[in-house]
Amino acid sequence: MQQIINFFIRNKNGVLFLLLLGLGFVLTLQSHSYHKSKFSNSARWLFGGVYATSANVSEYFHLRDENRRLMEENRRLYNLLGGPQDSTAISQRIDSSSFKSKYLFREARVIKNSYRAVDNILTIDKGANDGIQPDMGVITSDGVVGIVDRVSAKYATVISILNTTIRINAKHRRSGEIGSLTWNGENPAFTQLLDVPKLANIQLQDTIITGGESTIFPEGIPIGTIENYELQEAQNYYDIEVRLLNSMTHIGHVYVIENLDAIEILTLQNQQNE
Amino acid sequence: MNDFNLRGVAGFVVLVLLQVVVFNNINLFGYVNPYVYLFFILIYPFNKNRTLFIVVAFLLGLTVDMFMDSGGINAIACLVIAYIRPVVLRSSFGISYEYNTIRLTETSGIERLTYVALMTVTHHLVLFLLESFNMGLILSVLKKTLFSSIFTIVLCLSFIILFSRKRS
Repeated sequence: MQQIINFFIRNKNGVLFLLLLGLGFVLTLQSHSYHKSKFSNSARWLFGGVYATSANVSEYFHLRDENRRLMEENRRLYNLLGGPQDSTAISQRIDSSSFKSKYLFREARVIKNSYRAVDNILTIDKGANDGIQPDMGVITSDGVVGIVDRVSAKYATVISILNTTIRINAKHRRSGEIGSLTWNGENPAFTQLLDVPKLANIQLQDTIITGGESTIFPEGIPIGTIENYELQEAQNYYDIEVRLLNSMTHIGHVYVIENLDAIEILTLQNQQNE
Repeated sequence: MNDFNLRGVAGFVVLVLLQVVVFNNINLFGYVNPYVYLFFILIYPFNKNRTLFIVVAFLLGLTVDMFMDSGGINAIACLVIAYIRPVVLRSSFGISYEYNTIRLTETSGIERLTYVALMTVTHHLVLFLLESFNMGLILSVLKKTLFSSIFTIVLCLSFIILFSRKRS
């Protein structure tokens, strides 16, 4: 017994090293599995506070870009409406009882962006207090950004589209064939759309949009254009390299999408499975 | 002793904040970032309690991890270089380290460079290997390690020079 204790005292640094190493690996493994990132902490107040403060400052450096993007978006929406409308008339028309939409959009600000790692996670400055829930979709006016993962009172973390664990239901717009969008962890300008049936008549520069089969994103939100494609070895499915429309390297403001029917759809599907 | 503890804690906080607010957003050429917070491990006094040093290094990495949502990869990388530091010190400074007489600011340029470079490259290699978690990406891991290391080494060496100026 004495010898065992002596052994530990003599090698205490080695033992400590191994213990901490083990702890580190547990944390790392946890962070690599989707929805189990227990220590994914920037949703908590301290980390959120630090990032919000630094975002307040750095925001000013991107005002010009942000304005241009807003103008672009306004232009597109005006074109949809057929020109500026009488704003008083519109506000009368929208009251919650008559205004029935399947999706509710909320705006938020990205206070921590990340795109260099293999599993990127963003932080936004809206949380449960503002009605943000896990598994809501996040987009900008240009395209898809990611999916909400963890939520605290005032902040939420978003699993970026640039994360090797993410799977997004997407489709080839012209043919409507569906595939699964992932990221291989290499270039933040490209993601990969896997398992598109050979039936789809794929051509370069075709547009890829969200598929609408999941309850997370509405159908038809743009994702990117086809940069390159090849047949899998079994010759039945295409693997496609998609150039993202969104520039993931600077994201300022985003929209969080709530599917108002999500709970109803998911409960129904769960009942079916039981 | 107390004086150092206070300075140490302040240095810990300042370096972590600098790292997450400033240096993580540099993204030179799109992906090259320096990991300046390991400056804390480089200048941690050589003759202090080694057990405490290992724990502090682990906590330093863990704090950065919490900010970056990266699990425990920085913690492991810091832990590894803290553990192997005596070996690195012996191989870069030779016999003068054995007598506990060296101060980083008084060593020759080459010795200092060897020490900083060995520590940095080890840290970055462990960090990026764990981050990618995938041997298929080994080339991109090596590329990231090389460029980020150069950046970190240059910054850490200039920090050391800055601090030595102030003291003399």
